[in-house]
Order: sequence, then C-alpha cells, then structure tokens
Amino acid sequence: MSMEEVFHPMQEPMILAAAISIVVGAVVIVAGLTYFKKWGYFYKNWLSTVDHKKIGIMYIATALLMLMRGGIDALLMRAQTAVPDNGLLDAQHYNEIFTTHGLLMILFMAMPFVIGLMNIVIPLQIGARDVAFPRLNAVSFWLFAAGCGLLNLSFIIGGSPDAGWTAYFPLAGTEFSPTVGNNYYSLALQLSGIGTLMTGVNFIATIIKMRAPGMTLMKMPMFTWSILITNIIIVFAFPVLTVALALMMLDRQFGTQFFAMQNGGMDMLWANLFWVWGHPEVYIVILPAFGIFSEIIATFARKNLYGYKSMVMSMVVISLLSFLVWAHHFYTMGHGVMVNSVFSITTMAIAVPTGVKIFNWLLTMRHGKIQFTTPMLYALGFIPIFTIGGVTGVMLAMASADYQYHNTMFLVAHFHYVLIPGTVFGVLAGYHYWWPKMFGFRLNEKLGKAAFWFIAVCFNVTFFPLFILGLDGYARRMYTYSESTGYGPLNMLSFIGGIGLAVGFALIVYNIYYSWKHMPRNEKADVWDGRTLEWATHSPVPEYNFAVVPTVTRLDEYWFAKKEGRDITAGKIEKIHMPNNTGTPFWMSGFFFLAAFFAVFNLWVPAIISMIGVFGFMIHRSFEKDHGRYISVEEVMATEKSLRGDK
Amino acid sequence: MKDLFPKQHVMGFGFSLLLTLVALAVIKFDMSYNMAFGVLLVTALAQATVQLVLFMHIGESEDKKTLYTTILYSVFVGVVTIIGTLFAMIWGYN
Repeated sequence: MSMEEVFHPMQEPMILAAAISIVVGAVVIVAGLTYFKKWGYFYKNWLSTVDHKKIGIMYIATALLMLMRGGIDALLMRAQTAVPDNGLLDAQHYNEIFTTHGLLMILFMAMPFVIGLMNIVIPLQIGARDVAFPRLNAVSFWLFAAGCGLLNLSFIIGGSPDAGWTAYFPLAGTEFSPTVGNNYYSLALQLSGIGTLMTGVNFIATIIKMRAPGMTLMKMPMFTWSILITNIIIVFAFPVLTVALALMMLDRQFGTQFFAMQNGGMDMLWANLFWVWGHPEVYIVILPAFGIFSEIIATFARKNLYGYKSMVMSMVVISLLSFLVWAHHFYTMGHGVMVNSVFSITTMAIAVPTGVKIFNWLLTMRHGKIQFTTPMLYALGFIPIFTIGGVTGVMLAMASADYQYHNTMFLVAHFHYVLIPGTVFGVLAGYHYWWPKMFGFRLNEKLGKAAFWFIAVCFNVTFFPLFILGLDGYARRMYTYSESTGYGPLNMLSFIGGIGLAVGFALIVYNIYYSWKHMPRNEKADVWDGRTLEWATHSPVPEYNFAVVPTVTRLDEYWFAKKEGRDITAGKIEKIHMPNNTGTPFWMSGFFFLAAFFAVFNLWVPAIISMIGVFGFMIHRSFEKDHGRYISVEEVMATEKSLRGDK
Repeated sequence: MKDLFPKQHVMGFGFSLLLTLVALAVIKFDMSYNMAFGVLLVTALAQATVQLVLFMHIGESEDKKTLYTTILYSVFVGVVTIIGTLFAMIWGYN
C-alpha cells in the first residue's frame, strides 16, 4: 500500500480538520502533564491501577468521549439528510460515518458505560474489596482501550470500515471493500472483544465467589443479578464473535473462502454468525440498564422492589430466549416459511418477560412516595418511550410484515427507541445516581434535569419522524434522496431534534465541570437514602471499600439496618489484603495494539515482533511472584477517621 | 521434586497437541467425507474433555450445582447455535 493510499482520507477537509484537532488535543494533554509534572501521578494512579473503581471511571470517561464522537457522526448524518440532494457528505464518507456510528455507539459507548458502572458498583454492592481477578480486570480495560483507539485511528489512516456495522458479506469482502477499513473492523473488535470476554469471566467469578457473608443469591440486589446474567450471556455469546471475526480476517487477509460466494463458501453465514452474537449483545447492553432502573425506582419510590423473584426469573428467561431469536435480523434473505415462523414466535415470546418487568416497575411505584431526582426522571422517561420501542419491535417480529419494514427507517427508529431509552437512559441514570459514590459530590440537579428534558423531548422529535418516513418507504443508509420523494420536511424535523439532543448531551458534559467547581464536597455517604450496601461505605470510597465487611441477613439489609438504627459497618478492623498495582496490562495491551495496527496493513513482520512482546509479558507474569500487600490496621483507622470527617 | 513437576499440565499439553495433529491429518490423508467428519467429531470431543479435566480441573470443586448449571447452559447455547444455524442456513433455506 502506498503512502498516498494510507493517508487518502485526509484529502477530505472535514477529516483533515478532525485529524488536526486530535493531534492538537494529544499535544495539549502531553504538554499539560509534563508542565504540571503529573506524569508520575498519572501513571501510578491511573495507567497502572488495578482498583476496580478507577478502572470503572476510566471506562466511563472513554464511553462519554465516544458518545461525543458517535454523536457528531449522528449529527453529520442528520445534517446530510436534512434537505434533499444535499452535498455536505459524499456517498463514501456517509457510508464510513454510519458504519462507525453504529460500531462506536454499541461497542465503544454502550458496552464500556455498562462495564464501567458494573466495575464501580458490583464489588461495593456485594460487600467485596475488589473483583476476583483485579489484574485481569486491568487487562480487560486496556485491551478495550486498544481496540477503541484502533477503530478511531481508522478514519485518519487508511479509511474507516464502510460496509455497515453489520459488515455483511460479500460487501465486506475484499472484492467490494478493497480498502483496509474492514481489516480495522475485524482487528479492533477482536481486541476489545477479548477484553469483554475476560470481563465476563471476572465478574461471574466475583459475584459467585465474593459476596458478603449471608448474601445468598436470592438476597442479592437486582443490579447485581442483572450483571450476573449479563456476564453469563457475554461468556456464551462473545466466543461466536471472536470466531466470526477471525474467519473474516482470514477471508480478507489470507485468501480463505469462508464467506465467499463460490468455492463452497457461504456469504450468509457471516450474517448468521454475526447475529448469533449480535442478538444476545442487545440483551448484554439492556439487562444492566434494567438492573439500574430497578435500583433507582426502588430507592426513589421509597419501596422495596415489587416482584423480586419474577424479576430474576424474567431475566433468566430473557437470557435463554436471547439465544433463540437471531434469525429475525434477516427474515428477507431467503429462509423458508418454517424458519421465519419459528423465529417470529421466539421473538414475540421475549416481549412476555420484558412486559413482566415493566409491570413490576409500575407496581413498585404504586403508592410510593416518589422523589423526582435526575436519575428517577430517566427511569420514569424510560418506561413509556421504551414501551413504544418494544411495541414496534413486536411489529417487526412478524416475519410477513417485516418484508415491508425491512431495512427502512422504521427499523432504525425502532432500535433507537429501545437502545436510547433502554441503554442510554439507563447508563445516564446510573451515572447520575452513583456519581456521588465515585467522587464524593453530587452532580447539579438543575442542570441534570434540564439535560434530561432536552434529551427526552428531542429524542422523540428526532426519531418519531423516522417511523413515518420508514412506513413511507425511506430506506436506511441512503446518503441522499430527491425532492420529489417528499421525505424532506420530516428529515428536517429529525435534524432539528438531533440538534436538541446534542444540546442535552453538551449540558451533561458541562454539568461535570460546573459540579466540580460549585457543588459542596461534604456530602454524606448515603446521599439518596439508598437500600444497598454501596451506600454503607464512605464517598468517595476508600481503596479497600469496606473497613469491616458487612454481614447480610436479608434483601436490602442496609435499609432495614438504618430503620432499626444498627450500624452494619461496625466491627473489629483487621489488616486488609489488597492487590499490587502493575503497569503490565497497559504495556501488554500497547503491544497488542501495535500488533493489530500492523496486521491491518498486512505488515506481518512488525506484527509478529509486537506479538512476541505480548507473549513476553505473559511469560513474565507466569513466573512472577506477587502476593499483594497488606494495609495495616493503623492505616485503615487513619483513613476511616479522615473520611468520617473527625479531625 | 515430584510435586514441583506439573505432570498433569504437561500431559494435557501433550494430549492436546496430539489430538490437533490427528485432526489435521484429515486434510493430509485421502479419506471419505463421512470418515473425515467422524475423525473431527471424535477428536473435538476428546479435546474438549482434555481441556475441561486437565486444565480447568472440572470436578475438583465442591460446588457441584454451579458446575452442572453452567454445563447445562453451555450445552443449551451450543446446541441452539449449531442446530439453529443448520436449520436457518441449510434445512430451511430456499
């Protein structure tokens, strides 16, 4: 590949501007760290940390950054289609943008946001001092970061993937996608996917093995339950993606014919494998949101969660059904009636357990004394908007009707109506809810509520017109359309809604700055009068989480202890065993990144050399003796004292 | 000294290499489709057993309930994925 080809994306002024801004941003960060002599702090406290809370914060920071990047992609798409025959973007650039928008929002925004929240909250909620494998957790994060960096690099160097986030063959094969874009796709997703898989193993082990004494499975908080089930789905679904991506790489870069149209290959097998992973993936990002809403609704309705057992059961049923519905993504691609009928029925069946959950939330709020805080607003907004998404989902589930909706904007509107109120509202609610636990001060409620109203209203302005456009036959992924189609006015309305959404998200980011400057720092540990164990320890949480691990006898132990005036964190302080920090995960993932980057361009010698670096770190780890360290009783007492505010 | 040598792991490593070689032999030797498929199925099952018993120490833990639930769930997902794919892509394909 010539240099000219590698840097061809930068011939476009918009991409050149983005590239320059990335370089300038990087220079500013490096210069700032050097000027304020913060490199040591940065490395010691963040790059080499194994603390689940800090890893969680890094996940969420990355997710917010990617939300901005994916949001800009979305705005560009809406701007391009706002008026007929628009020339803002050309077809190729539009293809790259809708592809990266999908990839970033699902894999590098929703996933890290969910994983970030589970990192911060799960050990606290089950009364543990860290996750089961702290160092593996750091490896997970840095592999995810490597994959994320690689995909973001693609639009500057070599060109982004442009065959849609689903990358269907034969379009994604070398014949129709000759640039390196889809090499980036397979390798970037592979890296972050391995990280996610390890997160799955880690959190299953954590939840199964490290719960506080007395906390049986049926006494776990609902968020913990949702994360346990999510991680089980991760462990069973992600290997399918790993294999599919490996086959894609072999097809594109080693001349195999797995997804070819000839020589015994089967192009549709990619779509099949992609959705065998892809549909459970939908539940991987939605179940944690269900868990978050369950916590928030119970907390702010001041009632215990209605139907605890049916909540658990419905999630288990969803996890099983999520593996039974994938072919509904390609009803129109040539299956017989039998296949389509079977997958129609399984798909509609998923609405049942989901409906059970909706009714449980409504019944939890019934006769409750509801407090309208920012997280609660997101939970309240979620129920009606998500229900619209769910009902249109049942419409799409009917295979014969789907022949009308397939690949139209109706579908696009549907999945935004489930993913935004479901996942995005969910993680934003969790983010506002647990922010004081992370940093010791609240986010400003006024700004938070203003952002919520902007997002909730403008979301509907943006996406409701797309239902109508879709029913009028407006196909997705079209970069432009003629005036005579009559699609213009509704597209303009959708664009205006998109600007409102952008204002909402800008307010959320501004709120971080504002609250950091102005919000009081002496918040009590239990800011929301919560029910679960994370509110029993200080905010911000000390490194060891709990000076004394609480004992649990029932669901919502902390809530009842408060009512009875008991202190569940009282007890004899002993020395605490903690894992050591290590830079290995960071550097190892750096080598992984280099190997994948070289592999994108078929530069096999440097790629193999980088992989030797990776194996070097693994071998080093195998022979390393690291038994962690102890925090002495005196040190724990001193920390506790200062966090309680005693001088 | 005997305790220091990871006998189980080395044995497992040897077995898995051997099973991989046998599976690879399918392309080297000229055999019927059914025969080749049989060899692959048997080596795959043996390989899975080696991994589970020698590396993942299945059966050594106290917690049998979690173990059986997990195995049941993975069998469910595996069967659904394979049979479902055959159903959607071959048997029910027009």
